[in-house]
Amino acid sequence: MTAVDQRPVPAPAEPPRRRPNPLLALLRNSWRQLTSMRTALVLLFLLAVAAIPGSVLPQRGVNPEDVRDFFTAYPELAPWLDRIGAFEAFSSVWFSAIYLLLFTSLIGCITPRLVDHVRALRSRPPAVPKRLSRLPQHTVVPAPDGGVAAIAETLRRRRWRVVVRGDEVSAEKGYLKETGNLIFHSSMVLLLIGVALGSWYGWSGNRLLVAGADHVFCNTRQQYAEAKLGPRVGDDLPRFCMQLDEFDARFLPTGQPSYYQAKVTVDENGGAPRAAEFSVNSPLRLDGANVYLLGHGYAPVIRYTDRYGRSQTSAVPFLGTGDMGLTSEGLAAFPDANVDPATGERNRELQVAFDGLYLPTAPQQGPFTRSEHPTEQNPLLGLVAYQGNLGLDAGIPGSVYQLDQRQVRNGRLTEIGSRELRVGESWTLDDGSKVEFLGSEPYIVLSVRYDPGTNLLLISSVGLVLGLMGSLFVRRRRVFVRLLPTGSADPANGSPTGGSSLVEVGGLPRTEHPGFADEFAQLVAALRDDRPAGKTDDAPAAREGAE
Amino acid sequence: MSALSDQLMTITTLVYLLAMIGHAVEYALGNSRARAVAAPARELVGAAVGAGSTPATRRDAPDLTAARPTVAATSTERTARRAELAGRVAVGLTALGAAAHLAGLVTRGLAADRMPWGNMYEFVLTVSFIGVAAWLVVLVKVPSLRRLGLFLTLVMVLLVATAELVLYTPIVPLVPALNSYWFIVHVSTIVFASGLFLLGVVPAAAYLMRAGYEQGKRSFPYTLAKRLPAAAGLERLTFVLHAFSFPIFTFAVIAGAIWAEAAWGRPWGWDPKETWAFISWVIYAGYLHARATPSVKRNVVAWLAILGFLTVLMNLFGVNIFFEGLHSYGGI
Ligand code: HEM
Repeated sequence: MTAVDQRPVPAPAEPPRRRPNPLLALLRNSWRQLTSMRTALVLLFLLAVAAIPGSVLPQRGVNPEDVRDFFTAYPELAPWLDRIGAFEAFSSVWFSAIYLLLFTSLIGCITPRLVDHVRALRSRPPAVPKRLSRLPQHTVVPAPDGGVAAIAETLRRRRWRVVVRGDEVSAEKGYLKETGNLIFHSSMVLLLIGVALGSWYGWSGNRLLVAGADHVFCNTRQQYAEAKLGPRVGDDLPRFCMQLDEFDARFLPTGQPSYYQAKVTVDENGGAPRAAEFSVNSPLRLDGANVYLLGHGYAPVIRYTDRYGRSQTSAVPFLGTGDMGLTSEGLAAFPDANVDPATGERNRELQVAFDGLYLPTAPQQGPFTRSEHPTEQNPLLGLVAYQGNLGLDAGIPGSVYQLDQRQVRNGRLTEIGSRELRVGESWTLDDGSKVEFLGSEPYIVLSVRYDPGTNLLLISSVGLVLGLMGSLFVRRRRVFVRLLPTGSADPANGSPTGGSSLVEVGGLPRTEHPGFADEFAQLVAALRDDRPAGKTDDAPAAREGAE
Repeated sequence: MSALSDQLMTITTLVYLLAMIGHAVEYALGNSRARAVAAPARELVGAAVGAGSTPATRRDAPDLTAARPTVAATSTERTARRAELAGRVAVGLTALGAAAHLAGLVTRGLAADRMPWGNMYEFVLTVSFIGVAAWLVVLVKVPSLRRLGLFLTLVMVLLVATAELVLYTPIVPLVPALNSYWFIVHVSTIVFASGLFLLGVVPAAAYLMRAGYEQGKRSFPYTLAKRLPAAAGLERLTFVLHAFSFPIFTFAVIAGAIWAEAAWGRPWGWDPKETWAFISWVIYAGYLHARATPSVKRNVVAWLAILGFLTVLMNLFGVNIFFEGLHSYGGI
């Protein structure tokens, strides 16, 4: 009933004359241990357990902000967890150790089985056993007219592998089980190779793209706010430039999104620009890179005219605060404002920034803190103006989306008023400078990626499923047929067979196979049906094998 | 249509509850009967014998024949008939519940104008429907398993009631991220495999109790197994169900990875949902492995199947509730 063809354990060697090299013996023993089914089981279980922390603790690869929050929440614990790689659990030493051991075990396990199987595929079904009645299935029926040749033919037609030896026929079926099993396990190895290829040669980066010709993005490393590059990625990323022409987002009255579409103009490798579209679930596939749509938002266009009358316009991407109505926050900073045109000198104390809150659909009445819908039905821009040193030159990296609060705290930057603006409105500040809200541009968040392993992943996945089906649904079994000489005794009950010739049939399932008795009965019936019509009626009923 | 679907689901819950009561009555009556009268030994002979080389299955036959013949034969006969009736009614009610369940899903799908797998409420309802439908199929093939209905209806009542009381969400259309034909491919296969895993737990648990009973244990959970089919047959059924659903589950996870590549740009990102699918997959691979390893006890194997389903449940409920990830749009 065991379903495994356990490979024979190498017979213990002759009592050694010399003591074997203990190191070699240890190695050999460890290898045997490692490639045993039990070890594979333990490692599988460990792998499952080791995956749990990665789902419980925040992961840098999934959500870096959550990791930062975790550090703030548990300042004592977090550094320790970090040291053992808990925030990058799936590339940690312990996780890698488990799966590498498992795959070593896997390779050590399937290689000899592969060899055995190839040998089995090339060898012929074994000779008919002496006492067929000992097999789990056994019966004696009248022989078909064609004799051994007809039996062999029937079996072959039913896709059995058949060998005829004199008056005996051996047949075997279900080699696909082991083939499937080997394909399945080999596909696992292939899958791992695919993953490795992706992590070595793949790269990815995220960035934000505001609509309009002023915001064309060309694919270079510097263009990405955050990029992940595999260790084997060269300096040159594939060359393409992209401009967002239009972004179409539709929403239900509740604010739930229902449709996204980005229309862009791209040119690749210096070729002619062409129009392209993509959306969630259907990325833009370029040569050597795929572009995915991850998110979207609004970039209010703000014009600031400084006290010397020089104006600057910028479309500032505001980031959503996470509500349905797409209430977003952003910072419009003008570090080059108020440069005295006479001297050309930059006055740090006169830098200007506006901390903003954008409501695409502001409520009819205040407080204006939450947008009611993600479409722009009643856009309102709330601005808080700051003047002073923005702290951008201090060399401390700050977020471009947030005001440097340290500068506010130490008094170098002061709030000088606040105001809500509708599209087209302007606000004149005390120093005579002016800020205008001109409208907004949509922006999209892109992920640009390249992963050379995906094709291999796909191929191995197909192998995985097909192999599994072969392995789980195919059963290996054998049947043996012996033509009894006319006039000999029926081996089942010793009665003489009379004039007609008989065949003795035995069946042996090599793997667990509950339907085998039925299959055997059908097969026997088919063997008998090869007789010319009319004779079948008086044939003795097939006797089920005595166990 | 949406209101109709809600009413149908309420009816479904009640009918499953009644079916469970029916099975409980059968169980209670059957137990008093077993104490009194020798009953025909019903067991999974068909499934067990085919294993071929196993005279051992003969020994696994229930020891009911050992029960003592009785005094009040007529009254016990009546009880026996009542038990039988209760069991049949329970199965009928389960089928009725399943029909209402299906109707509830279909009307919900019609009302939403899409497949009814858009959020956790709908998801749990579909998984449990697959479970009950597969159970009815198994029951047609192997009627002697009827007594497992008590466990199955219990699980169904728990799942459907949880969905109704905790997870209920009004109908909304899909968010764009779900609007893809991969949605149907991925989710239908996941739902199908999960439903079969759900059903697979029933014979696994029954096997554990029955095997203990056959080894002579007569304490609480084991006594429940007195009138269950032979342990070897239950174990086989567990295997068949898992061997059937594991490739489907594998395919479903792969379909999810293909979809994730199109939607999020990476086939696999260890998002909590993906991580738990991985854990389930590894545990079930472990189950199949363990079963093929002669030195591993069948009890351990059955526990692995149960553990596997716990991880599936964790993915269904736990991940949506506790963790935040890309899959979270499903909503609770
Ligand atoms: C990456 C880790 C592995 C996974 C996910 C895995 C998965 C599986 C699964 C799902 C099965 C059951 C389906 C079937 O019968 O083909 C199976 C069967 C099998 N595996 Fe593995 N396996 C792994 C590693 C190994 C290793 C390391 C060994 C050797 C020690 C091994 C040896 C076998 C054998 C002999 C069978 C056949 C059992 C039978 O005849 O039914 N596997 N494996």
